[in-house]
Amino acid sequence: MAVKTLTIDGKAISAREEQTILQAARENGITIPTLCQLNGTSDIGACRLCLVEVAGIPKLLPACVTRVGEGMEVSTDSERIREYRKMIVELLFAERNHVCAACVENGHCELQDLAISVGMDHSRYDYMNPKCAVDITHPRYGIDHNRCVLCGRCVRVCDEIEGAHTWDFQGRGANTRTISDMFVPWGQAASCTSCGKCVQACPTGAIFRRGSTVAEMKKDRTRLDFIVTAREKKQWIA
Amino acid sequence: MDRVRLATIWLGGCSGCHMSFLDLDEFLIDLADIVDVVYGPVVDPKEYPDNVDICLIEGAVCSDEHIHHVKNIRAKTKIVVAFGDCAVTGNVPAMRNPLGKIGPILQEIYCDRPETQGQMPGEKGLMPVLIDTVVPVHQVIKVDAFLPGCPPPAARIKEFVQLALSGAEPKLQGSGLKPG
Repeated sequence: MAVKTLTIDGKAISAREEQTILQAARENGITIPTLCQLNGTSDIGACRLCLVEVAGIPKLLPACVTRVGEGMEVSTDSERIREYRKMIVELLFAERNHVCAACVENGHCELQDLAISVGMDHSRYDYMNPKCAVDITHPRYGIDHNRCVLCGRCVRVCDEIEGAHTWDFQGRGANTRTISDMFVPWGQAASCTSCGKCVQACPTGAIFRRGSTVAEMKKDRTRLDFIVTAREKKQWIA
Repeated sequence: MDRVRLATIWLGGCSGCHMSFLDLDEFLIDLADIVDVVYGPVVDPKEYPDNVDICLIEGAVCSDEHIHHVKNIRAKTKIVVAFGDCAVTGNVPAMRNPLGKIGPILQEIYCDRPETQGQMPGEKGLMPVLIDTVVPVHQVIKVDAFLPGCPPPAARIKEFVQLALSGAEPKLQGSGLKPG
């Protein structure tokens, strides 16, 4: 197991060579904002919120899928990075219909928290006002595409942890939609085990427990952590 | 010191932001010592006056009348504030946007449904004409400051007003930016 030494925000750090910049930063108490990242599932670099600067490389690199390197000088916070992160969050709000005031997740939402942390007071981009469906054909859960940020956490948690692969994506760009099975209503998706992992994984109010009204939905990520710890460390601890 | 000329206006919203303003309680008395409310739903003037220092705009821009109001406000006001989520994002009034153009929406609601009387409301020129896409205020005029929340809590309004009155840039930070 080779060790790499590098600096993150000026702090000297040693990390195992297979670690990503994000993992090394977290081990050393340095916070990098993330949205699509979910512990226990593969990293895909989709949301771009974890972009960092690496000295000598002109473009920004996503910390969650960039391996540490010897002598790397990483910067997680600069005027340029802050501006890009803010733009990303503003674009997410403009792309779908995120009406916080009428959302099940209001007050417990990772997108809302990100808006606060990046200092977003409004979106500079015109709202796209897309027509989005709400699917409540499943007896216990629902999916509201108005709130979906296409992070893919539900897709990965269902495939990689539950092993069902009920969720996937259809379409491209802003027209991408999360679909169940071969684009059938969730309640008719034969592969769904109704385990609820996608509900706990979803960062926004897109996937929710039926019967929750405004601000009532609160995700419990510790349930997923329990399963991941059991699988990776063979420890059944809560 | 000259008294600060404050205006407020209620566009496409529920008046909840104004209610939250009234929740300032005793601070309203302090405010009355230094501020004149020169226009708004809580005072009498019918015409928006000149030389307004601060205007709090509640609500999204939903009609031709709202467009006229905000342009008029911009021309006569130093600091224009998007007051509450509807003004900042479109929020609840903008939820009709994905349904398409306003004509078919009104037609369905007022005429096509069996429980309705089968006629469009008002004569031509009597009612403001609703625009096809509800937009936040900053998409129509330049907005100087944003005060999010649905409604913004009174404590947040107080913090904002105090910042604005002190002459500092009224820019909220941290949890003061929480929408919803």
